[in-house]
Formats: sequence, C-alpha cells, structure tokens
Amino acid sequence: MTLLYPLQSLAAHPPRLSPAYRSTVKRAPSKPLIPMRHTLSELTGPVYGHETVRENDNDLTIQHKGEPLGERIIVHGHVLDEDGRGVPSALVELWQANACGRYIHVVDQHPAPLDPNFTGAGRVQTDASGYYRFITIKPGAYPWGNHHNAWRPAHIHFSVFGHSFISRLVTQMYFPGDPLFPFDPIFNSVTDERARARMISSFDLENTQPEWALCYRFNIVLRGRNATPMENKQ
Amino acid sequence: MSEQRPDGITPSQTVGPYFKYGLTPNGEYAWNDAFSNNLVTPDVSGARIRVEGVVYDGDGVPVPDCMLEIWQADAQGRFSDPQDARALPNNSFKGFGRIGTDAKGGYAFDTIKPGQVADPDDKPQAPHIVLAVFARGMLLHLYTRIYFDDEEANATDPVLALVPADRRATLIAQRKAGATNPSYVLDVHLQGDNETVFFEV
Ligand SMILES: [Fe+3]
Repeated sequence: MTLLYPLQSLAAHPPRLSPAYRSTVKRAPSKPLIPMRHTLSELTGPVYGHETVRENDNDLTIQHKGEPLGERIIVHGHVLDEDGRGVPSALVELWQANACGRYIHVVDQHPAPLDPNFTGAGRVQTDASGYYRFITIKPGAYPWGNHHNAWRPAHIHFSVFGHSFISRLVTQMYFPGDPLFPFDPIFNSVTDERARARMISSFDLENTQPEWALCYRFNIVLRGRNATPMENKQ
Repeated sequence: MSEQRPDGITPSQTVGPYFKYGLTPNGEYAWNDAFSNNLVTPDVSGARIRVEGVVYDGDGVPVPDCMLEIWQADAQGRFSDPQDARALPNNSFKGFGRIGTDAKGGYAFDTIKPGQVADPDDKPQAPHIVLAVFARGMLLHLYTRIYFDDEEANATDPVLALVPADRRATLIAQRKAGATNPSYVLDVHLQGDNETVFFEV
C-alpha cells in the first residue's frame, strides 16, 4: 500500500520569494513548480550515513584539546512525523556559530574571535523512539548585511533525514525570548505565527543539569504519511 | 513518553552561506564527511557515469554556495531503502550523494546510470536521478530530476510528459563526447529564461 504525503503540510514553509530576505530575489524560481505524483523515487530515501557517526559526534564541547568558551547547553528533542510517530534512526546534523557569533567558515569575516576549541559541527542518530541529544555552546547573534543593522537571532542550523527524500528538512532552531525575532527576515519568512513558534526551542528545567548546563528542547516535525491509502489513479 | 499530535511540520529555513564545514567539509575543514559526491564503490555493478554542471542564479551568475543532494536507484532500478520491497537482488549501491558547489558554481557526481523505476501505475519511468537544491537565499530547497539524453524511454516518461515540451531540455543531461566513462552535463538555473523545471512534491 502506498501512503500519501499530504501536500497541504507544505504550507508551513516560507514562500521561496521573500523579498525582505534579499538573496531570495535572484534565487527563487519565477515559474510555477510542476505538481507530480510521488513515485518510489520520491517516497524512498537514504537510510545510511550513520556509519560515519562517531560516538561523541553529538558533543561539540569535546572535539578539541580544551573546552570551548561560552555557555554550555544541552539541546535535545524528538524527531517525529506530522502524525506524531517518532522517527527512529534519523540522521540529525547541526552546525552553528561559536559563542561570539562567528563561524569557522572562511567566508565568515565578522570581526569576532574564533575559538580554537570549537568547530561548531555535530551529528547524531535518533534512538529507537526518535529522540536525539547534543551538547554544545550557546551560539551568539551575528550581523549579516541584509539591511542596515541586520543581526541574526542566535540559532543552530539543523539538517534532518526522514523516511523519504521528500521528508528532507533543513531548518534553524532559535532560543526562546530572543529580542531580535521581530527584526529578522529569515525567521519571519515563515508567515504563520504557530509555524514560526515550532522553530523556537523551549527552556527545559527538568533536564537542565545542576552546576553544569542549561537544557533546551527542540522537537522536529517532518512530513508524514497519513493513514489514508493513496488512490492508485488520481 | 507520549506527546500530542504536532500541529504541523517544522518550517524550512535556508542552509545559509556557512553549511560547508558542517555538511560538506570535503577535506577543507576538520570534520568528517557523512556523504560525498562519489557514489561508486568497487563492487557496484552498472555503468559508471559522471554528472556535472554549474548552478546559476536569476542574473546568470554562478552560485558558489549551493548544496546539491542526489538520490537514485541502482542499475537495476532498485532503491537502497527497505521501503523498496520489490523482489530485486540487493547490492551495495547506496544511491545518495551530496556536494557543495565550488567557487565557480560547479558540481560533479560520480555515480552509475540508474535503472528504470515504475511510477504508481506501474508504467516505467525513464532512468533519472532526483536532485534537491539548497543554497543561501533559498528558504526551502527545490526538487528537480536529472534525465539522460541517450535514453529512448524519455519519450514515454510520465513525469517528463507533465513538463511543457519547450522546458524539458532543462531536465535532460547531455552526454559529453570523448570521455572514457560517459559524462553528462546539466546546468541548474534557479530563475530566468532557462529556468530549470522544479517539481512540487
Ligand atoms: Fe547561521
């Protein structure tokens, strides 16, 4: 039985042309996308890559000789599909700026210090129920030149593989209460307020570790196959 | 631990300009690659091919900070995913590749020519590779397909048939003359007169 990934779910995503985010103007298609039925090519997806995940790849604070500077945090959550089912063995990759708001990427020339003890990349595989956990440093805000005085709210980039090639998701996790939210065209490219809220992690006191690290919870919801069998012929 | 049914999916956000050291370090950064642009392992059966091209923006300027991901069947048309439950012999081909474009917007994948995969009506599709395009300035990635100009099955492919005839060429990689292993060229135009056909899936 082939199951259907409902297209309505895609309404949560930002419009590709979002002029307040200037780079979208020349990189968004100008012609309408062509709808097509999902074939096996779209409904299957890579189920490997996990063999490259090393045991401590989810701890970004122990990748170098010393400890990185900044506020140590735990980021954890549930990768699930839109029907509420956990996604086991999903590959979750993340990358982020350091505590000063600087990436190690050569193109990042923000005049804030690099941290020799922080790469800012990690990966993990979700467990049998779809849960994941990272230990990292709270990233700083950084300027990005999109408009006068443009600063990105602190965020962590996430890349997630679900059950199929069309459930692939790249997103950003934000921190609760960030004063930059009203001014960020990337965050606000998501027009629905409830959908925007799903990109904001929640402070998790219960899993905050005394004398060690604050904890944030970030659940990631992927497209799911609802229980309705797809009609073979439309 | 039971949770409520979510009220929707997590919205997509751009990969931004700085994904390379995390997702495609390619030896330039001290982080191990989960995936590469070479899908071929010595024991894989099938015709070795290269697919290459350049990604352009709406001004025709090459896009140096683009990430491409491909997904494809093996030479007999089988996907390396347990969801592909058809009784076809398995082999070691994984079928997924990832690359960041270079300073000139260029990309290349070394892979094998995929076999044919049926559509939901059991009609054979022409050999194709599914391509996802991510970049700074793209809030949500785009899906397209790579077909091959030397496949007669293109003429009856049910997905190509959905595409206006004058835009089909944007999906069909052209075989380069002379190379030892067949090499196919397909540029990606994010916008403009030659805009690549992207699919809503
Ligand atoms: Fe960023």
